[in-house]
Amino acid sequence: MGEIDVGPAGTAPYTWVMITELGHFALILAFVTACFQVVVPLYGAHKRWPGWMAAAEPAATLQFLLTAGAFASLTWAFLTSDFSLKLVTLNSHTAKPLLYKITGVWGNHEGSMLLWVLIVALFGGSVAWFGSNLPPSLKARVLAVQGMIGAAFFAFILFTSNPFLRLAVPPFDGNDLNPLLQDPGLAFHPPFLYLGYVGLSMTFSFAVAALIEGRVDAAWGRWVRPYTLAAWIFLTIGIGLGSWWAYYELGWGGFWFWDPVENASFMPWLIAAALLHSSIVVEKRESLKSWTVLLAIIAFGFSMVGAFITRSGIITSVHAFASDPERGVFLLAILAVFMLGALTLFAARANVMQAKGVFGLVSRESMLVINNILLGVSAFVVFTGTIWPLVAELFFDRKLSVGAPFFNMAFTPFMLLLGLILPVGAMLPWKRANLGRVIRQLRGAFVLAIAIGALAWALQTGRSALGPVGLFLAAWLVSGSAVDLWSRTGRGSGRLARLRRLPRADWGKSVAHGGLGITIAGIAGMMAWSVEDIRVVQPGEAFEVAGFTLSLDNVARVEGPNYISTMGEVSLRRGDSLINTLYPEKRIYPVAGMPTTEAAIDNGFLRDVYVVVGDPQGNGGWAIRTYYKPLANWIWGGAILMAFGGALSLSDRRYRVAAGSHKAAAVGVPAE
Amino acid sequence: MKRLVLCLCLIAAPVFAVQPDEILDDPALEARARELSQGLRCLVCRNENIDDSSAQLARDLRLLVRERLVAGDTDEEAVAFIVDRYGEYVLLKPQSGGSNLILWGAGPLMLLLGGLIAVVYLRRRSRSVEGGDASLSDDEKARLREIMKN
Repeated sequence: MGEIDVGPAGTAPYTWVMITELGHFALILAFVTACFQVVVPLYGAHKRWPGWMAAAEPAATLQFLLTAGAFASLTWAFLTSDFSLKLVTLNSHTAKPLLYKITGVWGNHEGSMLLWVLIVALFGGSVAWFGSNLPPSLKARVLAVQGMIGAAFFAFILFTSNPFLRLAVPPFDGNDLNPLLQDPGLAFHPPFLYLGYVGLSMTFSFAVAALIEGRVDAAWGRWVRPYTLAAWIFLTIGIGLGSWWAYYELGWGGFWFWDPVENASFMPWLIAAALLHSSIVVEKRESLKSWTVLLAIIAFGFSMVGAFITRSGIITSVHAFASDPERGVFLLAILAVFMLGALTLFAARANVMQAKGVFGLVSRESMLVINNILLGVSAFVVFTGTIWPLVAELFFDRKLSVGAPFFNMAFTPFMLLLGLILPVGAMLPWKRANLGRVIRQLRGAFVLAIAIGALAWALQTGRSALGPVGLFLAAWLVSGSAVDLWSRTGRGSGRLARLRRLPRADWGKSVAHGGLGITIAGIAGMMAWSVEDIRVVQPGEAFEVAGFTLSLDNVARVEGPNYISTMGEVSLRRGDSLINTLYPEKRIYPVAGMPTTEAAIDNGFLRDVYVVVGDPQGNGGWAIRTYYKPLANWIWGGAILMAFGGALSLSDRRYRVAAGSHKAAAVGVPAE
Repeated sequence: MKRLVLCLCLIAAPVFAVQPDEILDDPALEARARELSQGLRCLVCRNENIDDSSAQLARDLRLLVRERLVAGDTDEEAVAFIVDRYGEYVLLKPQSGGSNLILWGAGPLMLLLGGLIAVVYLRRRSRSVEGGDASLSDDEKARLREIMKN
């Protein structure tokens, strides 16, 4: 990896110093622009002055350009290792690989908040650039609300977390980035998560703007859906990356720890999934309007709760890198103002949203209501568990912990129920449905799923229900999605050709639901049937784990660019044939003074073999931990499928943001 | 066992989750110890159980759990022994008594509440379906009139 070496800071030419100052200035201007973007369009929309309303568009563009400039200048400071910036000194080092110099920009509190506002401005800009078919007053109000969110976070950055602060005496080298963050999985985890969190700010802006406007209709649903979908896709990828990183980096093959910070990203994901489904009802049936608006407000609320939990360090966890009370209070104030404001507005205006579509008890609409209840309640359970230690200490004077065993027990039943009803709900027609007909169509899928579950039960050695139930559910979801897709091709010949021509939204729905099944299979397989082996191994010694023969061939000391590694060489055999040679490592990053473990994994379709080298033992041997992890990759494979399904749906012609809402108005909704 | 704890305390280097020398000879006891360890929090770490943690204190607790099990404690007795000394903070699965009822009840209660509201809402919506010509919404009726006019 290349490196830009500019020598010790302080000798940097004036122009480079200026770049940082320009960035700082751009950030201040962006704040001012955001304030303008709030006041002028909002007043203009109130007075129906077209010029004032239209001012929102150039303001949003300018705000984005200024923020992008500030972000670029900070990136430049990291690239050139400008240690006169405090932030660069604290989080970078000249010997750091180029990739991590770039990702180091958001690998810290201040830089990550700058990334956050950059994305706020980007989403705002997207409405300004592509929203030509939005009613002008709605567009002005959406941009004004988005400007409000931007202004609040610009103020947060400028007053409590300024990334452009200088050091009076720049040091010769920096303190290096936390080595745990020097990893491709984690390097790109925050940008995706932020795209997701902040994507929900857009649905919030649409919700608040619609409340001010007093109008929620199908066109509104048509606009909110792509943003929700995009946010959900990004959250899925971000959470998947984080969990994949935890799996291979933390050294014992766990993939989800119910850590407060993980929960902080999981709650918006659940709510976004609910919102995604309810906005379909708004768009297609003009029902569930007030509920959808409420969800859109709550979804962004959870995003901000996530920011608050991560940034304030109030529920301290390994992730919390900022534990400054000033920041916590500021964020809490932002959260409180936006939530109270939006909810008050909601309470005052909820009555203007008249539902139009009527539907029977057995219908797609009813099933989506149940979907929303289950997703909402499960998010609520995660929320309660996450804040309970705080509540118990403040109000009941009990110091306690809420960990994985609680969440596994309290959360899983809702997912189980959701998985059970999902294939039925996905196939029920709108308005009024015949349950018997759908059940007849799904009979084969159900029998297949039961058979797979029973087979798993019969083959396993333990008596745990987890694995078989998980596989049953997975098979039910996957085959149910296939039946759903197939049933849309009609009857008679040419069904395959019609299958290919089905709208992308149909494909997206089935792929995403199937992906959920795949993830469930992976989680169940990994939790139920993992095999673990811990032992002392002498170099040259062979041992057996789960039918594989492993031998520790060598342990060597290897030097990396900014770390020193103890690297084992382990050959993995099945019988006599060599499958792979694995190189598990233990690294020490001298600058940061931190050890990390780098597991070596032999990835397979049906299983992973996961090897970790531990400490040297007194007798010349090494502690070696080996795991056999069935279906491990299915967890992330399923997440990729879910995200891909979402992307398919997003790319559907019918939902393309700019595409013909006027056409839709002319055609109307055909009666069934 | 005491001697083992003592000499391991002297090693300052970070140890690494469950060590080979900790593992009990009896696989059944060891399995129980692992199970219990996964429900106990490493007090100096954040949100990590003692089974996964590499902290010295976690190792001491793991050895303590095994010591109790070897001494013939049941699972409950071993956990109670540790809770007596370290407080309920050590439990990753909170007890269900007292104020924690709120925590455990939150999900089911919310489901019940949500379900009730949904039933009321859905029945109201569906009654208008069954009420004859109300199966068309106002909008649809207006459209129908328009179509009939042409």
